[in-house]
Amino acid sequence: MTTATIAGAEVQVNDEGFLTDPTEWTEEIAKQLAENIGIELTDRHWEMIRFIREDYAANGVTPGTRRVQAAGGFTTKEQFTLFPKKPQKKSAYIAGVPKPAGCV
Amino acid sequence: MTTATEAAPIPKFGDEEETDRKLVIICSKGSLDMAYPGLVLANAALGEGIETHLFFTFWGFDMITEKTMDHLKFSPLGNPATHMPNFVMGLPGMTSFATHMMKSQIEGLDLPEVREFLELITDAGGHLWACRMSADMMHLEQKDLYDRVEGIINASDFIEIAEGAQTLFI
Repeated sequence: MTTATIAGAEVQVNDEGFLTDPTEWTEEIAKQLAENIGIELTDRHWEMIRFIREDYAANGVTPGTRRVQAAGGFTTKEQFTLFPKKPQKKSAYIAGVPKPAGCV
Repeated sequence: MTTATEAAPIPKFGDEEETDRKLVIICSKGSLDMAYPGLVLANAALGEGIETHLFFTFWGFDMITEKTMDHLKFSPLGNPATHMPNFVMGLPGMTSFATHMMKSQIEGLDLPEVREFLELITDAGGHLWACRMSADMMHLEQKDLYDRVEGIINASDFIEIAEGAQTLFI
């Protein structure tokens, strides 16, 4: 674990660069993280990021594709459009939550 | 300031390298317990941005045939992993009972049923193919199959699709 400065804030990150403390997340950090991986955040991106953060806060686990679809209202197709190729990992990275632990 | 501050690493999501990794999974079993490994792996591969094809052959047809896909069963008979004697597992009603148990476990893990899983997989860009010979043997046509099956293809079509792919036989 490392202390790093992202968007002017000092935060804890793991070896891969994921935030390890979701409470340290800010929208400014999210913008920087998105830029790091070449994603331009639209309103829909923000809505999905907020859903993931709220769901994580409520349940303590990062929601998988299926839950983001069923409970969040973002179809699998849309998830792949918003966060190309690896929607789960990319959205978790920007949302400042851990990678999903489950298989589905 | 007491802690050293470093530049945060940026995760490698593999976007820069244009990967041609490809996964082909041959699903040849029609029992509930053997349907899931292929579905879970296909879904995971798609989530990693890997081109994924599922090829259904022989008993695997039950996973994509409209009549059977929602009613796959788990038979505990002759399966040592149930840790139960075969004479018990062979009793009438045991397959329904074991199927029921497995279904509630699947639901408990929040895993989708076969049809919904195939829907997720195709939404994520996965491809479903049916085997020509099995279709002929079982007198099935495209209209009898789940509507997201892209086609009934023969062995050489399949070999073409599988070119350069990692192939799993389940």
